[in-house]
Amino acid sequence: MYKVKVYVTLKAGVLDPQGKAVKGALHSMDYKEVQDVTIGKYMELMIEKTEDIEQKVEEMCHRLLANPVIEDYRYEIEEVVPQ
Amino acid sequence: MKYAVIVFPGSNCDVDMYHAIKDALGEEVEYVSHTEEDLSEYDGILLPGGFSYGDYLRSGAIARFADAMSGVMKAAEEGKPILGVCNGFQVLLESGLLPGAMKRNRDLKFICRPVELKVENNETMFTSEYEKGEVITIPIAHGEGNYECDDETLKKLEDNNQIVFRYHGENPNGSKGDIAGIINERGNVLGMMPHPERAVDEILGNTDGLKLFQSILKNWRESHVYTS
Repeated sequence: MYKVKVYVTLKAGVLDPQGKAVKGALHSMDYKEVQDVTIGKYMELMIEKTEDIEQKVEEMCHRLLANPVIEDYRYEIEEVVPQ
Repeated sequence: MKYAVIVFPGSNCDVDMYHAIKDALGEEVEYVSHTEEDLSEYDGILLPGGFSYGDYLRSGAIARFADAMSGVMKAAEEGKPILGVCNGFQVLLESGLLPGAMKRNRDLKFICRPVELKVENNETMFTSEYEKGEVITIPIAHGEGNYECDDETLKKLEDNNQIVFRYHGENPNGSKGDIAGIINERGNVLGMMPHPERAVDEILGNTDGLKLFQSILKNWRESHVYTS
């Protein structure tokens, strides 16, 4: 089995309304040192052993898990022993 | 003219859309399930608003892989009119039939109220009954209508006259270029966040959306011989 961790965030330069609101809240809590907040998504996929795992995960991210028009993604693939 | 209203799990403006065609426009219309691939018997396709698949992942992201979307893609290639409203617009963006993407509204709130729109392009099959520059009032109801695209795409949309509606006066959601509705290059796929199907009844105080449906019908009739 593979355990795949996918991280999706808004592209640099795309204004993130949620990140901006959270940054404002942190500032109002007196954490003035916070420069920037980006809010994204974290997903975990358990995938059966398969060939071309990298390519498949890349495809899944590109076609569904992220919207490449406004989002960036990265992932970590880890081989795990099934329970 | 026979229309299909595509019903996804979570669509909730399908009845309004059906009513606009059936009662306000007086044309034939059917609800079509998201599982139906063959849309060849319909002359126009309507993608209604709502929260298809709960808006999980991103608005419209899962609906674009529904069986009916292959029929929608085919109808788009054939030049049939396709209108996506609100969630329907989001589905069109996710499917790549229209460029760009939607983000959460600038102020992170769901906004449900009438807004003013300016008809930027009245030379489309969806807007020919409006005047160029006409300001109309149409309700919006969305949490993710903050249109985003890169500058190159925005320039292309502007150069090709693909921006059909812009918010007039205040921009409610932070949408880039005040964009409320765009059309594809070929001119047969329109996506818009405001709900014209909610503005077709005198009794509800606003009929500004009616001309959009009348435009589709008029242009279709002009290019088809009436056989029935």
